[in-house]
Amino acid sequence: MQQLDAPITRREQLAPDLVRLTLLAPAIAAGARPGQFLTIKSGPGHDPLLRRPFSIHRVVADGSLQVLFKVLGPGTRSLARLKVGESVNLVGPLGNYFQRFPAMCLVGGGLGIAPLLFLAQEIRDQAPETRIELLLGARNRQELAPLAADFADLGLTPRLATDDGSWGHHGLVTDLIPQALGAERDWRIGCCGPYPMMRAVAALCQERGWGCQVSLETMMACGIKACLGCAVAPSPRRETGGRYLHVCQDGPVFNSEDLAWTP
Amino acid sequence: MDAVTSPNLSVRLGPLSLPNPVLTASGTFGYGREYEPFVDLAGLGAVVVKGISLLPRAGNPPPRIVETPCGMLNAIGLENVGVERFVSDKLPYLRERGCRVIVNILGDSVEEYCRLVERLNEAEGVSAVELNISCPNVKRGGVAFGANERLAHELTQATRRVSRLPLIVKLSPNVTDIGLMARAVEEGGADAVSLINTLIGMAISVKTRKPVLANVTGGLSGPAIKPVALRMVYQVAGQVRIPIIGIGGIGTWQDAVEFILAGASAIQVGTANFVNPGATAAILGGIRAYLQEQGIGDVNEIIGEARR
Ligand SMILES: Cc1cc2nc3c(=O)[nH]c(=O)nc-3n(C[C@H](O)[C@H](O)[C@H](O)COP(=O)(O)OP(=O)(O)OC[C@H]3O[C@@H](n4cnc5c(N)ncnc54)[C@H](O)[C@@H]3O)c2cc1C
Ligand SMILES: Cc1cc2nc3c(=O)[nH]c(=O)nc-3n(C[C@H](O)[C@H](O)[C@H](O)COP(=O)(O)O)c2cc1C
Ligand code: FES
Repeated sequence: MQQLDAPITRREQLAPDLVRLTLLAPAIAAGARPGQFLTIKSGPGHDPLLRRPFSIHRVVADGSLQVLFKVLGPGTRSLARLKVGESVNLVGPLGNYFQRFPAMCLVGGGLGIAPLLFLAQEIRDQAPETRIELLLGARNRQELAPLAADFADLGLTPRLATDDGSWGHHGLVTDLIPQALGAERDWRIGCCGPYPMMRAVAALCQERGWGCQVSLETMMACGIKACLGCAVAPSPRRETGGRYLHVCQDGPVFNSEDLAWTP
Repeated sequence: MDAVTSPNLSVRLGPLSLPNPVLTASGTFGYGREYEPFVDLAGLGAVVVKGISLLPRAGNPPPRIVETPCGMLNAIGLENVGVERFVSDKLPYLRERGCRVIVNILGDSVEEYCRLVERLNEAEGVSAVELNISCPNVKRGGVAFGANERLAHELTQATRRVSRLPLIVKLSPNVTDIGLMARAVEEGGADAVSLINTLIGMAISVKTRKPVLANVTGGLSGPAIKPVALRMVYQVAGQVRIPIIGIGGIGTWQDAVEFILAGASAIQVGTANFVNPGATAAILGGIRAYLQEQGIGDVNEIIGEARR
C-alpha cells in the first residue's frame, strides 16, 4: 500500500460520460490484484473533500494502471478535466481481490465491468487453461460497446445484454446466466455491478450451487479501515461475533453468501 | 529576524510531555497501525486511538457517512474492539514502536468510565486518557455528559479519583457555553481539555426524500467546522488555566498554527487523515519550517499569542 503522485500518461474519452485514465504508478501497479481499488484525490481544495474510490481496471506492463469511470458528480467531473502530463494523488492498492477457479463466469453490469477486465487479463496471463464465460450488460449499446471492446483483445467473446435492446439480449445480464452455464455445478461466478443486479446473481447462484464472489461499493472516507464508515451487515453464516464487515478491508470482494442482502 | 536551525517543538499538557504538538484525532486514525505505510507514528506528538468502551460495540447500521460541502457527516456509532482486545491486540504494536498513546474512552455511566480508566492504569504503554463526554449518560435519561456542566464535572471528578494517568477531557461543541463546560471539567480535576468534537448535523436525499444517514443525524467534521472550532479554542483559552488541545478542520500547518495562536498547546488532526493519509507528518514539518523562518526558537512562545 502506497501513496504517490501519478502522472496521467493517457486520457481516453470512450463515450460522452465515460473516461479512461492511464496513470504511471509502478509501485502500486506491481502488487495490484484484480478486484483491488485505489483512492484518488480528484483535485486540490476542500470541495469535494474526500478521496474517491475506483477499481483498478487494468495493469499495463510498463508499470501503468488504468481507471475507468463515469462522470457523475464533482469528483469524477474534476478527474475528467485532467490532461495528460498532470498528476493525481493515489493511494493503493487497497482491499482484497477475486479468487480464481478452474471454471469462471464473469458477470459485469455497467461500470462494474471495470475490474473484470483486469481479472480476465490475469486469468489469461496466469491460468490460461481456465474456462471463462463472460456476460456483460449495460443500459445501451453506446455505453456497452467501449466496455466490451477490450475483452476481445484477450480472445474472449462476451455475451451481451442491454436494457433497451440496442445490442445483444434485450433485458438483464442476469437472464443470460442459465443459458451460458447450463446445469454444471463447477462454475464459480465473479460479479460486479449495481446492487440489485448482484443481489439477483447471488440468489441464482445460491439456487444452483455456484459459488459467487461480488464486488461491493459503499461510501468511503478513508479506504484503509480507519474511519469505519464503509460498514455492511454480514449474513448469519459469516461468524463475525456481531460485527459489521468493512468494504475497504474485508472487501470489496465478498463471497455472496457472507452478506446480508437488503431489499 | 534570525532563522532558527532547530526550534523546540516539545510541549506540556499538564503532567504529560510530548515531543511535538501534532496529535491525531480519535476515530480518524484507527488504532494507529492503519497509517504505518504513510506516517512515522513514533514521530507524532501522540497517537489518539479510536474511542474504546468496556465491551466491544458493533456501531450503527449503514449508511454511516456522507460528504457535505467542505466536510463530512459521520454516525459510526462508536464501533470499537472493546478495552480488553485493545490492550491485548492493538496496544503492543504501538508500544513496541515507541509511540505515545492516548486512549479515547467512552461509556454509558460514570462507573463504566471509571472501570475503563482502572483497566488502562494497569496497561503498559498508555500515556494519557481522553474522555469522550459526548456520549449519553444512560442512567440519567440519556443526556450527554458533555451537555450538562454538573454531569461533566461529576464524571471528571470520579475518573480523576481513580486515574493514575494524565486526564484529558474532550468537549462537545453542541452546548450553549463551551467555556462553562471547560471550567467545570477543570474544577473536576482535568489535566487538559481537547476541543472540539463534531457538530451535530444531518443530510437529506432529494432522491429518496429520506435522511441519508441510517442514524438520521451525524457529526460534522472537516474544514467546514474550522472557524467554529477556532473561536471555541480562543474563547476557552480565556477561561481556563489548564492546557488546551485544539481540534476541528485542521488540514495544513497554517490551520495548526492558527489554533496554537488562539491558545492551543497542541492540536489534533482528524478528517484530514482521510484526505491525505500523510497529513500529520506534513503539518508537523510545516510548523517546524514556519518557526524556523519566523526566527521563533520555541513553539511555546506563540501559544495564545493572538490573545495577547
Ligand atoms: C471499491 C469501489 C470501486 C469503485 N470503482 C469504480 C469504477 O471503477 N468506476 C466508477 O466509475 N466508479 C467506481 N466507484 C464509484 C465511485 O467511487 C463514485 O462514482 C465516485 O466516488 C463518485 O464521485 P463524484 O464526486 O463524481 O460524485 P458524487 O456527487 O460524490 O456522487 C454521485 C453519485 O455516486 C454515489 N457515490 C458517491 N461516492 C460513492 C462511492 N464511494 N461508492 C458508490 N457510490 C458513490 C453518490 O451517492 C451519488 O449518487 C467505485 C466505488 C467503490 C467503493
Ligand atoms: C469518522 C469519525 C469518527 C470519529 N470517532 C470519534 C471517537 O470515537 N471519539 C471521539 O472522541 N471523537 C471522534 N471523532 C471526532 C474527531 O476526533 C474530531 O473531534 C472531529 O472530527 C473534529 O476534527 P476534524 O474536523 O479535524 O475531523 C470522530 C470523527 C470522525 C470523522
Ligand atoms: S472506508 Fe474508512 S473504514 Fe472503510
